Amino acid sequence: MTNISSFRKITHRSGIHRSLSALVLAGAIAMTASACGGSSTPGTTSSGGGASANVKVGLITKTDTNPYFVKLREAAKAEAAKQGADLIALAGKFDGDNEGQVTAIENLVSQGVKGILITPNSSTGILAAIKSARDAGVVVIALDTATDPANAVDATFATDNKQAGVFEGKWVKGTLGAKTPKLLMLDGTPGGTVDDFRHNGFLEGMGIAAGSPEIAGMENTNGDQTKAQTAMENLLQRVPDANAVYTINEPAAAGGYQAISAAGKTAQITMASIDGSCTGVANVKAGKIGATVMQFPAKMAQKGVDAVVTFAKDGTKPSGFIDTGAQLITDHPVTGLDSKDTAWGLQNCWG
Amino acid sequence: MTTSSNTISPAPPPPRRDWTWVARQPLVGPLAALILAVVVFSIGSPRFLSPYNLSLIGQQSIVIGILAVAQTIVILTAGIDLSIGAIAVLGTIVMAKTVQSAGGVGALLIALVVCVAVGAINGSLASFLRLPPFIVTLGTFTAVAAASQLYAGSATYPVTDPLLTFFGQDFGIGAWRTTLGVGLLVVVYAVTFYVLNQTAGGKHVYAVGGNPTAARFTGIKINRTLLMVYIMTGVIAMIAAWAALGRIPNADPNAYQTANLDTITAVVIGGTSLFGGRGSVVGTLIGTLIVGVLRNGLTLIGVDNLYQNIATGVLVILAVAFDQIARRRTQ
Repeated sequence: MTNISSFRKITHRSGIHRSLSALVLAGAIAMTASACGGSSTPGTTSSGGGASANVKVGLITKTDTNPYFVKLREAAKAEAAKQGADLIALAGKFDGDNEGQVTAIENLVSQGVKGILITPNSSTGILAAIKSARDAGVVVIALDTATDPANAVDATFATDNKQAGVFEGKWVKGTLGAKTPKLLMLDGTPGGTVDDFRHNGFLEGMGIAAGSPEIAGMENTNGDQTKAQTAMENLLQRVPDANAVYTINEPAAAGGYQAISAAGKTAQITMASIDGSCTGVANVKAGKIGATVMQFPAKMAQKGVDAVVTFAKDGTKPSGFIDTGAQLITDHPVTGLDSKDTAWGLQNCWG
Repeated sequence: MTTSSNTISPAPPPPRRDWTWVARQPLVGPLAALILAVVVFSIGSPRFLSPYNLSLIGQQSIVIGILAVAQTIVILTAGIDLSIGAIAVLGTIVMAKTVQSAGGVGALLIALVVCVAVGAINGSLASFLRLPPFIVTLGTFTAVAAASQLYAGSATYPVTDPLLTFFGQDFGIGAWRTTLGVGLLVVVYAVTFYVLNQTAGGKHVYAVGGNPTAARFTGIKINRTLLMVYIMTGVIAMIAAWAALGRIPNADPNAYQTANLDTITAVVIGGTSLFGGRGSVVGTLIGTLIVGVLRNGLTLIGVDNLYQNIATGVLVILAVAFDQIARRRTQ
């Protein structure tokens, strides 16, 4: 009997504890919700177009962490503040998270936003969610990355990645001069539209056909510095006399440089990249990367927010592909190829 | 919400004026948190309680919710399954790639076999070889995720087969419309609840997790119970894969990379103990809904992503902290 009674006592005590835990748990949610709600005027969900209600704009980036998307988000926030609009920034949980972006679109539509700016993680997987958002009267604009097909959204504000690739390729070709290229390619993610555009643009700029013998090796790096370094170490083992390197982005170039420099081949290899991040431009200035092609994420964000605000005001929808520009940055210009030096680059870089 | 009071609760009714019987139910904490979140958000946004929005929260909870059922069963045995999301992703790829040649039913069956096979591998290693489930499923997670990429050729596959996308269809109860996937979610929870609480096999799961030594002395075959649990996770992963194609008709090897951790989040917030033997799928359903309600509600009142993650993270730590303290008190 004593056993049973002491057992009961114990369960009572843990029971009291549970009720306590319930209270604290509940309190935590209330705090989180109210603390955040306070800053964003709770209860103003009357998106019916009253002149005083702020226009709501949703932004969905691929991830929260990449400096490129951080710049894009900050620029969008600043532009929204300037225009008197509210910006809600959401993102996928990881690079490639389509489901998270679908959820974000659904919640933003339910929230009553006028427009959604999205950098899709999956150019095809996101289509159904975009369609239902547009059917609900929301204007949807792709930033940076196009959907497939591109006309699934109202408009796309992005870098012409093919053109960026062409600039990168032309600079490498011009720098090599008369030498026969022996090219290594640090690609991004297989199947990505941006990756294909840059890759093919580069080859076009170099004047090399896909599959031609000048391409001595290709590896996927996911645009990741660590993977790029490993890939380049292995490629250099296979092709010790390489003289040209294509990189999908600046982290890949940074990883590639580590491997090239460790192998003592910096003098023999010409490497270029695409992005225009401040780290990347600094690497160009330091001579680690020969040239880079700058993108302008802030411009994409500003134009995107402006387009949604315009749509909210007078119903004008943006349409088609709007090129936000690409600028070659190098301290070793090639004749006949427009470029800016790294001083200009450092003033206009992102991240 | 019938109580599943899986803590061993004493039979005699509590004395009068003793209010602690309420608190003895392990679901009170999570349920209070859910109700409070719903109240706060419905005050914060007039759209929150709209039928459309509630349906959205349900739809957004389908895949993680179903996978979290499997995670609950494993955690009840004091195990953990880090591979559950990867198994489901492999399931979606298998379905999408075999549907052309095998047809809808064939594709589902092949996916079932594949998912159960991976579950059986986990189960055999965790039971007969006594390897820690954390390590076993970390290994299968890595291997299965890579196998999905290889099999898919790193491409995504749009799915149009009506049977594979079956759970994306709408249905209505009165004016309230939602997808069949939400119905499936409810059914999976109901069936698992019944099995865990009303069948001998279900009781064995609790016994093996709560006190393996005692379980062995009472004649429960521990290895067989564990193996069955992991095989069931394979079955549930296949169901989740089917539901996933209904929600987004696109098989994508990059999808659901965080699903493993998301299911653990739901289980833990739902009050199930990571030490096994204590908890219920009802708690997990509440935990899943809390995460869904937070994400949806915070978006509706205009809160950015990172703050939403902070809220979820805080909840997980609180839930585990209380479980730990509760355990210490009872020892």
